[in-house]
Amino acid sequence: MALEKKIRELKEKREKMLLGGGEEAIVKQKAMGKNTARERIIAILDPGTFHEYDMFVEHDARDFGMDKKNLPSDGVVIGTGTVHGNPVAIFAQDFTVAGGSLGLMHSRKITKIMDHALKMRIPLIGINDSGGARIQEGVNSLAGYGEIFFRNTISSGVIPQISVILGPCAGGAVYSPALTDFVFVVDNISKMFITGPEVIKTVLGEEISMEALGGARVHCETSGNAHFFATSEEECFSQIKRLISLIPRNNEMKAAIAEALPPEAGYDIEKIVPGDPTLPYDVREVIRAVADGSEFFEIQEMYARNMVIGFGRMGGRTVGFVANQPMEMAGVLDVDSSDKAARFIRYCDAFSIPLITFVDLPGYLPGVDQEHAGVIRHGAKVLYAYSEATVPKLTVILRKAYGGGYIAMSSRHLRADFVLAWPTAEIAVMGPEGAANIIFRKEITSASNPDEMRRQKVDEYREKFANPYVAASRGYVDAVIEPSETRRMLLHGLEVSESKEVQMPWKKHGIPPF
Amino acid sequence: MEKRETEKLIIDHTSYTTRLSPRFVSRKPYEPPVPGRIQSFIPGTVTEVLVKPGDTVKEGDDIVILEAMKMKNRLKSHMDGKVVAVNVSPGDRVAKGVILAEIS
Repeated sequence: MALEKKIRELKEKREKMLLGGGEEAIVKQKAMGKNTARERIIAILDPGTFHEYDMFVEHDARDFGMDKKNLPSDGVVIGTGTVHGNPVAIFAQDFTVAGGSLGLMHSRKITKIMDHALKMRIPLIGINDSGGARIQEGVNSLAGYGEIFFRNTISSGVIPQISVILGPCAGGAVYSPALTDFVFVVDNISKMFITGPEVIKTVLGEEISMEALGGARVHCETSGNAHFFATSEEECFSQIKRLISLIPRNNEMKAAIAEALPPEAGYDIEKIVPGDPTLPYDVREVIRAVADGSEFFEIQEMYARNMVIGFGRMGGRTVGFVANQPMEMAGVLDVDSSDKAARFIRYCDAFSIPLITFVDLPGYLPGVDQEHAGVIRHGAKVLYAYSEATVPKLTVILRKAYGGGYIAMSSRHLRADFVLAWPTAEIAVMGPEGAANIIFRKEITSASNPDEMRRQKVDEYREKFANPYVAASRGYVDAVIEPSETRRMLLHGLEVSESKEVQMPWKKHGIPPF
Repeated sequence: MEKRETEKLIIDHTSYTTRLSPRFVSRKPYEPPVPGRIQSFIPGTVTEVLVKPGDTVKEGDDIVILEAMKMKNRLKSHMDGKVVAVNVSPGDRVAKGVILAEIS
């Protein structure tokens, strides 16, 4: 009988904790279109797999009346479970408890599950919904953030780290998501900023709404801080599950192999790319035309659209696609697109995901703003990331590959394993118009009809150099292929590269142009 | 992808048909600095104006005190000359890049 009583007591204690900040606070949370912390975790994990820890943790703050305050589970829920059968560690801040504010014990719960994730070599999912530091706990709360940031950094490249912003995430708190691999946001729910609209108004006199300053759309379109945009929490959860199914559990394992599906029959790869190199098309159609089941999981879809990145599968294995997007800004490399590509390349390299690069770019974006924004050092990130990557690197040059852009986009010279080119490829130091204007300047200016002479010289240059055969004659391109041979060649390249091994000189770490 | 019109982007004498990014469209054309202009390099509040139109100033003379982020910044003249315009008074809150005074 004593046991039954104790079990009943435990159940009652649990019931109380499961209510978080209480029914009133839950109603408020729901009114904002938000789920509660535990609901969110349960929605992401496979049914019945959530196991919660530290439910009865309490804060021991004494100042400012905190000794009289009871904060259930100290405002954060931690545990483990599975997503599509893959074990994950997860935490979710509970906004219904003291606004999800972070105090010492709250942070210790988070760092406990982070340590667990690292030790077990499983992905970490962090759901952020917090008003920020628990001011009453002073420097202890800052210490808590610091301990989290440190673990984010140490775990980086060892286990996948996913941040989900489902509420406010302001001030120093934003640096945890910023240090993780992927940041998920939801329209009208996520808010991220270092200093809020209030402070900006009093200090600088600039007025801006919270949404316009640090809403989901801003971070997906403008700042590039977020990677996945959703219009509801449910959509966001399904994106997270899809991502988990595509990436490996840790840096020593490979992603699960799925059934190898052929691309959908509707994609005719020969009809996607216009022969005229100045005309646009959507390079994602090329990716879908070669990927298993024509499925492409795009990352940072709304940011720096001139560069396309994302995951797909080839022959059942996860690959990372990187592609210039001629539809947007002619597919140029610039500050933002370089940054976007470089980070993704490093992600793929860290987690043994082969890289497939589709090249079609006129070069770097000219302009004072680009130069002054540091296009030199940002552009260098792409070179650095491709050079340092030792995963299988396969490159397909679709059309233009001019100048520095040709070198940067996973060229042979940066140790691409297989470089393929379509017959429409133009591998040259610059486009025919630019080149002819420089090489034949004298002939053009002194001609009786300069325009006619220019046209003639441009055609002459195009005929001679704007093709894949000059590069092929040097072995910089391994094979010139028909577009319809692309998937077969890539699948073969991946098969051959399966046991690729590269020895790099010993170093503590490189110094990439951050 | 939402519907956006394609436009022309010229790179190395070649005109490409493509969509332009908002960042590209809204980029500010470069303007060389004008040495006589005293501009707010940061948004803030003007706490003191130390000159009036017609004053003669030397390079390095304080012109305006601009308080921003709890710092009182002394904005100095970049040249010897005469103050031709003072556009602010103490207490004015200014955005970044506003011309506070002009010297010729």
